[in-house]
Amino acid sequence: MSIIVEQARKQFGDFVALDGVSIEVPDGSLTALLGPSGSGKSTLLRVIAGLEKPDSGRVMISGGDATDVPAQKRGVGFVFQHYAAFKHMTVRNNIAFGLSIRKRPKKEIAERVDELISLVHLDGFGERYPSQLSGGQRQRMALARALAVEPKVLLLDEPFGALDANVRKELRLWLRRLHDDVHVTTIFVTHDQEEAMEVAGQIVVMNEGHVEQTGEPNDLYEHPQTEFVMSFIGPVNQRGAVFIRPHDLELLHVPAPEAEEAMVERIVNLGFETRVELLMANGEQLWAQMTRDEADLLELTDGQIVYVRPRRAKVFEPNGDPRTEEIASAA
Amino acid sequence: MAARDRLGKYGLRYFALGYLTMLLLIPVGMISYRAFEHGFSAAWSSVTTPDALHAFLLTIEIAAIAVVANTIFGVGCALLLVRSNFRGKALLNAIIDLPFAISPVVVGLALLLLYGRTGWFGSMFLDNGVQILFAMPGMVLATIFISLPFVVREVVPVLHEIGDEQEQAAQTLGANWWQTFWRITLPAIRWGVGYGVVLTTARALGEFGAVAVVSGRISGQTETAPLWVWREFGQFNTTGAYTASLVLALIAIATLLAMNSFKRKEAS
Repeated sequence: MSIIVEQARKQFGDFVALDGVSIEVPDGSLTALLGPSGSGKSTLLRVIAGLEKPDSGRVMISGGDATDVPAQKRGVGFVFQHYAAFKHMTVRNNIAFGLSIRKRPKKEIAERVDELISLVHLDGFGERYPSQLSGGQRQRMALARALAVEPKVLLLDEPFGALDANVRKELRLWLRRLHDDVHVTTIFVTHDQEEAMEVAGQIVVMNEGHVEQTGEPNDLYEHPQTEFVMSFIGPVNQRGAVFIRPHDLELLHVPAPEAEEAMVERIVNLGFETRVELLMANGEQLWAQMTRDEADLLELTDGQIVYVRPRRAKVFEPNGDPRTEEIASAA
Repeated sequence: MAARDRLGKYGLRYFALGYLTMLLLIPVGMISYRAFEHGFSAAWSSVTTPDALHAFLLTIEIAAIAVVANTIFGVGCALLLVRSNFRGKALLNAIIDLPFAISPVVVGLALLLLYGRTGWFGSMFLDNGVQILFAMPGMVLATIFISLPFVVREVVPVLHEIGDEQEQAAQTLGANWWQTFWRITLPAIRWGVGYGVVLTTARALGEFGAVAVVSGRISGQTETAPLWVWREFGQFNTTGAYTASLVLALIAIATLLAMNSFKRKEAS
């Protein structure tokens, strides 16, 4: 079911959380709302869920105007960052909650709960209480609880934000696969660009209460429309209006056209990837990213003088469309 | 260094114990000693006279009504204070503590002014044949007044602590306000409510001042257990007075133990 938000505005006191936000989420898609804290992404999600009422603007869910429909009747599944587990209920009863509110027959509820427990890999945990589960298990329980009522849309607010890095990576992949199986229109909020790139089919980048850019992950990375998107999605070196990805910086041992002199300040090995921190003649600091093998071939040492040139750069000039400059092509 | 640490640790411990012994244990211990001074049967017969039994029954009835009223009001009021924003919230919050600030005797006198023959409400009720003062309704009003803050004050912090995400989750799953309250909020705050009920019960059972003023202290009719204790004490029936005091204390302790055992049973 598609979701359309038109010109949503929401203010908390003096703080403008949403400043006329419009988005379109196609049926069956997996969309990420990505932005720094305070960008309005969570507020937008809560407006879609009906947990927050916009000051103005409209929310359409599968073609119908849902703006004035209360949360309990919107048919959305909502997953909270801190799980919002019903602490006094077992895992089974948590998952069954929505169905028992709908007064479904006991047998049907039991069957559906069994089905969901195995879908979220909690077999054998049905009679436990949330306090006896790990964070990852609680979040999977919360997801099963939201899915139990067969929601039209599934909304997740920083679903992996409170989890350890390892569990987080695992659950991301799992969410992606779950979406392939269940195919419910899903929106999740995150401040982690890597998470958004990895999981989502479409990303809405938000900043200071408005949408910066919407697109597929690769599209946003390759063709950012604003400085904000350029620097928020993926690493970047900024030199005035010119933005250079660290992997687009080429290091040479000898002077060359377009290449500037720099000193190697520090070499950081991160397994496959190597980061080289550079100090330019004018005191600017840049960093270059390359594979370990490339770095080994260059035989770099701390304090060494090298020549740096960008392979390509993005230029954001005031009052102009962003343009890409192909500067030097690597041999 | 270690010796000084130990001195500090044990010194504080013994000071606390000694302080409580002097102020609480010895006085209560003396009551039990004096109650059974002339044997168990003397104690028993002193508190099973018709007047005494009536006083106990009346006390329990009044306490029960006050507990129910203050629990319903207390939970509702705590929800209002924690879950909503409105003008005058700070004022409401302050007013709730009024019973802690005002002497019970003053509460009794205030009710006397309002519900007396010439009071604002008194004449209205009397014209319709309803006796408030020197009768059960007045005593219930006084008891509700003095024990009002306990449930609110126990529930408010618990509501803050559990936050409202569970309630929002219930809403998105299709629960209406009432279903959310019964199935999510109330179970989550149940031990806060429980402690509030225990404190309200203890306070209501022991109330003397306010009830003394509004009841008229008619023995066998409007005399509660604490009033009975006071009268018997004045008439030199010390065994009866001490035994009845002990029974009152035991009833209050029993409610606390009952709640703790519910809690333990649930935890296991």
